Amino acid sequence: MRRIVLRRLAQIIPLILAVIVLNFLLIQLAPGSLFDVMTSEQQITDPAMLDQLRHSYGVDQPTAIQLFKYIWSVMRLDLGFSYRQNAPVLDVIIAQLPATVILMLAATTIALVVGVTAGVLASIRVNTVWDSLISLGAVFFFAAPSFWLGIMMTVLFAVKLGWFPVGGMRTIGSDYGALGDALDVMHHLVLPATALGLFYAATYARVMRASMLEVFRLDFIRTARAKGLSRSRVVIAHVMRNALLPIVTLLGLQLGTLLGGSVVIEAVFSWPGIGSLLFDSVMSRNYPMVLGVLVLGSLLVAVANATVDLVYLRLDPRIAGR
Amino acid sequence: MLASTLDFVRRFARNRGALVGFVLVLTVIGVALAAPWMFPRNPLRIVGRPEIWPFTSWRYPLGTDSLGRDIAAMLAYGARTTLLIGLFASLTATVIGIGVGATAAYLGGWVDEVLMRCTELFQTIPNLIFVLTIVAILGQKIEYVTIAVGIVTWTPIARLTRAEFLSLRDREFVQACRAMGMGNFRIMLGEILPNALPPVIVLSSLVIAGAVLFESAVSFLGLGDPNVSSWGRLIGDGRTLIRTSWYICAVPGLAIMLTVLALNLVGDGLNDALNPKLRDR
Repeated sequence: MRRIVLRRLAQIIPLILAVIVLNFLLIQLAPGSLFDVMTSEQQITDPAMLDQLRHSYGVDQPTAIQLFKYIWSVMRLDLGFSYRQNAPVLDVIIAQLPATVILMLAATTIALVVGVTAGVLASIRVNTVWDSLISLGAVFFFAAPSFWLGIMMTVLFAVKLGWFPVGGMRTIGSDYGALGDALDVMHHLVLPATALGLFYAATYARVMRASMLEVFRLDFIRTARAKGLSRSRVVIAHVMRNALLPIVTLLGLQLGTLLGGSVVIEAVFSWPGIGSLLFDSVMSRNYPMVLGVLVLGSLLVAVANATVDLVYLRLDPRIAGR
Repeated sequence: MLASTLDFVRRFARNRGALVGFVLVLTVIGVALAAPWMFPRNPLRIVGRPEIWPFTSWRYPLGTDSLGRDIAAMLAYGARTTLLIGLFASLTATVIGIGVGATAAYLGGWVDEVLMRCTELFQTIPNLIFVLTIVAILGQKIEYVTIAVGIVTWTPIARLTRAEFLSLRDREFVQACRAMGMGNFRIMLGEILPNALPPVIVLSSLVIAGAVLFESAVSFLGLGDPNVSSWGRLIGDGRTLIRTSWYICAVPGLAIMLTVLALNLVGDGLNDALNPKLRDR
């Protein structure tokens, strides 16, 4: 088991290396010199400083050497310096990362709870009004852009009804103590996490329904029924447990999309995570920051993906033998 | 040929959702084509009083935005942008996906290994972040947005194509072609591809829906092409007014949702009609 874990984690390294090379290629693709844009956008005019920067970015060297230097510096976790925030890129991103992780976790939780419940309900009440209503809801939420859902929810629940705050992560100037602060963050989290999570809830509901119906037909379910187990026990302990496996796979596959989705949702709700950071950085053409977010975002997804794979291994011992 | 076409149409039409979707898609296409005729003037032009609510004025049935621009006109022109980007992004994704998937499966060995690792790489990179990075570096042009969306959506197509090619690669008819001395390229394109195409087409049609959502997010963030009218951008522009005139956001959002919904329904219908074996799944 330990070897499997280590091997799976080792697979992340070439992936991240490739992301770094891709980053480098993107920089090379840019029209004009990225260095010129960078320095002019950050309003660096002092010739001595320009020379120093040119040297530290290695702009005066051949492409291969530049690539090597770039990989080497990223490997040492040096993602460059952001003059806008006057801090190393890595520090800025790490400071903003927790907010995004919280948002992603909350959205995933909502998606799982809503999606799995709806899928199970639809499958045990198959071909009834419930089933149709759930399928209809899933079709709609599968097609609605999350940022638009977020805005519409803000209009209804924040502006008209006043139940939730319009944006941000904390009430400004508040000090409720540790527990109070946590509750405050959760209160701010409800709308963005729901807006982000409903799309995935729709996906999970559809997959869960289909996979439940598939498992219901299998022989061991007939055996479980023949043993005289109650219906709820069959559904929960036998059908659901097996039907959840495709959901875990899907969860792992969609992490990259989820992180991308949180970028837009953070922009809608002024949620102070790396999405907002990316958005500001793109707007101000702060390239070291944009590329830093891309590298660290990919790393986050790669690690989370490996985790999901390992969880899958625990859930489905049939795979571990391979 | 005619019989099989009729058969296809019958199977497609049996799915009521697919029919509804098809009619909706046709409507959006119709509006997109008729936009210059229905609204001959520049849709980004200011035409009347700002913030006229929908259904309150005959001249502006869907109201006007914060600047007094006709929402109906912007919506009609936005349909062109949305459909064009969706179509070309999906085309880009399909070409890359088929190229990668087919080559990987047909040549196998280390080529397969390398190409599949590349596919994994593109699956790992958070796709919207990648699109924004590409647009930020290359510039806010409609071509770049389209290509960027294509670049992040080809991976499922590559995987599916690879799977289809793997199952067809060693069939008798392919062996026969090889025995006849056909080249690899000709066998891949002329013999295997047509047989592998039906499920790939279904997936491509679903990729259009995904591409529409991507484009709307990019323009919503204000990173789309500033010179074209787009549904996502309309929502982005209307955001500041949600306290008073939330309809400015609501109307284009509904348009996006209905279009994506319709494309998904058509995709499902195509799936039923083209892959009858899978229908019960």
